[in-house]
Amino acid sequence: MDIFLLEAILNGLLLGGVLALLSLGLNLIFGVIDVVWIAYAELVMVGMYIIYWVHIVHGLPLVVAGAAAIGGVGLLGLFVHLLIIEPILGSAPINQLLATGGLLFLLQSVATLLFGTDFRNIGVRLPSIEIADMYFGWARIIACGMALAGAIALYLFLSRSYIGVAIRAIAQDRDIMGLMGVNPRTIYLVVSAIGGGLAGLAACLLVLQYDVHPFIGLTFGPITFMICVLGGLGSLAGGFLAAFVMSEIIAIGGYFFTGDVAYVIAFALFILLMFLKPSGLLARRGG
Amino acid sequence: MPRTLPMLAGVAILVVLPPFGIPPYMLHIANQILLWSFVYTAWSLMGRFGLTSFGHGGFLAIGAYTTSLLWNYAGLSPWIGIPAGAVLAAVGAVLIGYPCFRLKVVGHYFALVTLAFGEVIRLAIIAARDVTGGSLGMTPNPVPTPSLSALQFADKETFYYIALGLWLVGLLVWRWVDRSMEAKALTAISDDEMAAAAVGINVARRKLAITLLSAVMTAIGGSVMAQYLMYLNPETMAGINPGLQIVFAAIAGGMYSLLGPTAGAVLTIVLAESLRILFGSNFIGAANTIYGILLILFIVFLPRGLVGALEGLRRAPAARPDVERATATGG
Repeated sequence: MDIFLLEAILNGLLLGGVLALLSLGLNLIFGVIDVVWIAYAELVMVGMYIIYWVHIVHGLPLVVAGAAAIGGVGLLGLFVHLLIIEPILGSAPINQLLATGGLLFLLQSVATLLFGTDFRNIGVRLPSIEIADMYFGWARIIACGMALAGAIALYLFLSRSYIGVAIRAIAQDRDIMGLMGVNPRTIYLVVSAIGGGLAGLAACLLVLQYDVHPFIGLTFGPITFMICVLGGLGSLAGGFLAAFVMSEIIAIGGYFFTGDVAYVIAFALFILLMFLKPSGLLARRGG
Repeated sequence: MPRTLPMLAGVAILVVLPPFGIPPYMLHIANQILLWSFVYTAWSLMGRFGLTSFGHGGFLAIGAYTTSLLWNYAGLSPWIGIPAGAVLAAVGAVLIGYPCFRLKVVGHYFALVTLAFGEVIRLAIIAARDVTGGSLGMTPNPVPTPSLSALQFADKETFYYIALGLWLVGLLVWRWVDRSMEAKALTAISDDEMAAAAVGINVARRKLAITLLSAVMTAIGGSVMAQYLMYLNPETMAGINPGLQIVFAAIAGGMYSLLGPTAGAVLTIVLAESLRILFGSNFIGAANTIYGILLILFIVFLPRGLVGALEGLRRAPAARPDVERATATGG
């Protein structure tokens, strides 16, 4: 096999890790609360700005900045549920989608207001390593490793802890769980905070590779939704798998053509795959 | 509806207004409102039946770019380019719509599939930067003297009448659809798809027909908008941004009412412009911040939109939304 193609495939796997993390957060929220946060990638943008603000403006260590991002975006997730989703929980699903679409505009504008439209970075550029004539950026390796660690932590939390079991139960049948003594509202708030926290973690990993600007969310947002839909909305395992399918399409497409064309192919293939398997690769339920 | 007379009077006022010295800036705002109203009305044709498309930016761009590319590279008049763009948009609508409707892709899934469609168009335009100018956008070649065949005019008045005509056609189409059997069938489908199929409604075909109509009108709107602004950009014409903008304005105004989408255009454009003037360029983003907050408030508190809420107040103060919708679409 061509060594450059192999390099592209392996780099695709590394990209897939971060995308998988993003899809886990979005899928968790959809699976439990039945709401698509169309502004999910904008939460990542907020996290990246928190890291920039804490680390560069205030000069605190990067670890502190990262923790602040995870905590801050987790809190933001909590407020998104309390202020936007909860009042319209009973209305048409499409309204919830649109309300978080309003949030997308809002977060972009607030970021523009506070930081302007300049590209900012945290000034950390990690070196690449060479393995058998192939080059891999440390930033990507760390990102993928941390993303997988986050995924495993989430899996353990959902399968081992009491509240994790309650979350999975709510996702299966929210009406019955009320009768079993679980307060759905608490679960929704916990899930929203975890979803936000995962976006914060993704921000920590992405800020190592990308400059942050108010519209960075548009780079990751659409692809994350495609991944979640492809995997079957609400299916954590399906989204995880789909993240690697999409990232490989992008990586291999980018090797044969250009990066832009790779994304066109990825989105076109997504539409095609939707027609072959309308409810996603591993459907939680019918479309 | 005993509203024909006031509406005719309103149209007459709109027709005779411009010669009485409206400042060019106001005329420009009016043109934008009329053109966007047409597009929002086109979106509402399908949006009101539960077909929430986030991909109408794609149709807008297909119309705009087809017309301008044919003009710049083949020298074909927009009078050929606009129908060509409309045909291409129809092809796009079938490619997306037919499988979606046959395979019962609905709700969130339909919204996100159409979102992907809009992104495909945006990314394809950016990828073809050699001919389309990519993210930098493109300009239709200007003609030395204003001409009808090139659909380029020096004054804003001419475009005002074109936009006004287009807007009126949009309203007539809306009214025509509203009173047709099609609307009854589509209402039945959006209430319960399986029950509708059981009484003999061809679900996929009805949905495809309304999607085609909506896509073609949106493409025409996009073409005319490009001719008016003389500038095209993939970020403002295609993809998630205009897609969401269209959905928001239509919903804020009220997609179940004839003048709802128009109210949405007036509301969003006037709001955006006045916030822009109010804050100037001192606080970039301040205007949009307020705009974003208002959008959220609108969807949380007025899910049926401005016009829908007003109509609801007049009809029955305590009517349940679903009952109300069933009666509203009836007449």
